[in-house]
Amino acid sequence: MTSDAKVHALDARKIRSDFPVLGRETQAGVPLVYLDNAATSQKPKMVIDSMTHYYEHQNANIHRGIHRLAEEATEAYEAARLRIAKFIDARSWREIIFTRNTTESINLLARSWGHANLQSGDRVLLTEMEHHSNIVPWQMLAAERGLVLEFVPLTDDGMLDLEAYRSLLERGPKLVSFTQMSNMLGTITPAKEIAEMARAAGALVAVDGAQSVPHMPVDVQDLGVDFMAFSAHKMLGPTGIGVFYGREDLLKEMPPFLGGGDMIKRVQLDGFTLNELPYKFEAGTPPIAEGIGFGAAIEYLESLGMGNVHAYEQQITEYALDRLEEIPGVRVYGPSYKDKGAVASFTMEGTHPHDVAQILDNEGIAVRAGHHCAMPAHEKYDILATTRASFYVYNTEDEVDRLVEALYKVKGLFGA
Amino acid sequence: MDDFYRELIIDRYKSPHNKGRLDPHDYSYEDDNPLCGDELRIDVRVDENEVVTEASFEGQGCAISMASADLLVEHIVGKQLAEIKAMSKEDILELLGIELGPVRLKCALLSLKVLKAGIYGIEELEEELT
Ligand SMILES: Cc1ncc(COP(=O)(O)O)c(C=O)c1O
Repeated sequence: MTSDAKVHALDARKIRSDFPVLGRETQAGVPLVYLDNAATSQKPKMVIDSMTHYYEHQNANIHRGIHRLAEEATEAYEAARLRIAKFIDARSWREIIFTRNTTESINLLARSWGHANLQSGDRVLLTEMEHHSNIVPWQMLAAERGLVLEFVPLTDDGMLDLEAYRSLLERGPKLVSFTQMSNMLGTITPAKEIAEMARAAGALVAVDGAQSVPHMPVDVQDLGVDFMAFSAHKMLGPTGIGVFYGREDLLKEMPPFLGGGDMIKRVQLDGFTLNELPYKFEAGTPPIAEGIGFGAAIEYLESLGMGNVHAYEQQITEYALDRLEEIPGVRVYGPSYKDKGAVASFTMEGTHPHDVAQILDNEGIAVRAGHHCAMPAHEKYDILATTRASFYVYNTEDEVDRLVEALYKVKGLFGA
Repeated sequence: MDDFYRELIIDRYKSPHNKGRLDPHDYSYEDDNPLCGDELRIDVRVDENEVVTEASFEGQGCAISMASADLLVEHIVGKQLAEIKAMSKEDILELLGIELGPVRLKCALLSLKVLKAGIYGIEELEEELT
C-alpha cells in the first residue's frame, strides 16, 4: 500500500529550495554539499515551521490539560502518530510508540520484551552488518541473562549469507533482529524473506529501520515483521524523537519500560495500574514539538512518494558508484547499486579517511569518516575506517561531480 | 587546505623520519583511538640522568596523528622526563603549526597521550586529562 502506482523522477533542484540550510556556504564562495545524510538528514522549512508554530501558538503539555492550548497540542501530536502509523501501514496507531530514537527503541525491546521472554541459554540472532545500537543492548542483556548471541555472516560483496542464516535458524533463536539497510555497506537486506524464514523457525522478528524507512516504501504488514525501530532525524524530521513499532498483541503482553507519569492509569502508595497502549511505554512529558515536526516530515515525504524517493536515490547512487570507481586507488564497499541504498563507503589508497574528510570539508563537502558505529562490519573487511558519502532526495549529480573533483585534489595532495 | 595540511605535515606523513621500533628500550607504550582507527606505539631510551637519548614511533593513522608522533619523538630527544611530563596540548600544536578543532585535536594528541602513558602509567595520565 505504501508503494506508488506511478514512479516519476523527482526534481532535486526544486526540492533543494525547501531546505534553508542547503543555501549556505561553508566559507566565502564555497557552497555546502551535504553528503552526510546517513548520519542525519537536513530539514525542510515546513518541518521547522511546524515546530515554531507549535511553540508560538500552542505550547502546552499534552494529554492532561483541559484548556485550549493543551487540546490543540494533543491533537497535533496525536495526528502525527496517526500519520506515522499509516506511513508504515501499522494496523493501529496504538502500535506506534514514541521514543527518543532508534537506539532507545531497540533498548526498549531488549529491556521490556527481552526481560520478560528471554532466559539463560536462549538465542538471539543478529547480523554482522548491524549498527552498534542493534548489538550493544543485546550484549548487555546477554551478560545479564546468559543469552547466546549469534550473527549472520556477510558475503564478500556485502550481502547477508542466507544459507548460513538458514542453518543458524535451526538452532532455534527466540528473536531475529536485523537491519533493513546497512548504514556502512548500504546493503538493502531481503527483509520479507528473512522475516518469513524466521517465522517458519518460530522466532519473532525485529527490524532496524533507521536507514530503510527514510529512503523506501516500508510496510510492516507486508514485510511480516513484529517490531521495527526508526528515527525522525534521518528522515527530514527533528532530533529527539523516534518510533518503536510493535504488533499490538505483543505490546499488550510486554512489561513497561520506564516508569512515571503518563504511563499509568492510576497510582496508589502500594502500586500502580498501567495505562493503555501506546502510553504504557511513554513515561513523562514527551517531545511534543518534535512529534509535530516528525508528522510534518512524513507529510513532506508522502508528497514526494516513497517509491519516487527510492527510485531517485538508486539513480544517484549508481551515478556516484560509477564515478567513484573510476578514481584510481578508490575502493567502494558493499553491493552494487541495485541492492544498495544511497550510501557509498570507500577507502582511498594511502590516505586516511580523516584526511579525506578534512580536505573535502575545505571544499564545502560534508561526509563522514570513521567506523560509522559499525565496527564489526569494518573488521569483516579488514579495514579500520572508511569515508562515507550518503545521499538524499535533495542531492544532485552535480554534487557527486564536486565530490569526485575534490577526491582528485586529495590524491594530488597526498600523491597516492 | 594548504594551511591545514602544511607541507611539513604531509611530508612527515609520507616519509617519517623516526618511524620504527627501538630494541632495547626503557619505555614503550601502545594505544589506539578506535573511533578513528588510529594505532600508535612509542619507544623511548633514556640515559642514567633520565634524559631521552632516542625515541621512535610505529603505527598507522591519519596525517595529523602520524606527523604529530614523528615530530614529537624527535622533539623530546635531549629532554628530561620531567620536562615531558610538563608538555601540553599547546606544545603539540606548536610542533604542527596549525589550529585544530576538537575532533582533530584528538588525532594530534594521541602521540602525547601514548608517550606520557608509557612513561608515567595510564592512570596518572587520565587524572591529568580530566
Ligand atoms: C542502521 C542504523 N541503526 C541505528 C542507528 C541509530 O540511530 P539513532 O542514533 O537515531 O538512535 C543508525 C544511525 O546512525 C543507523 O544507521
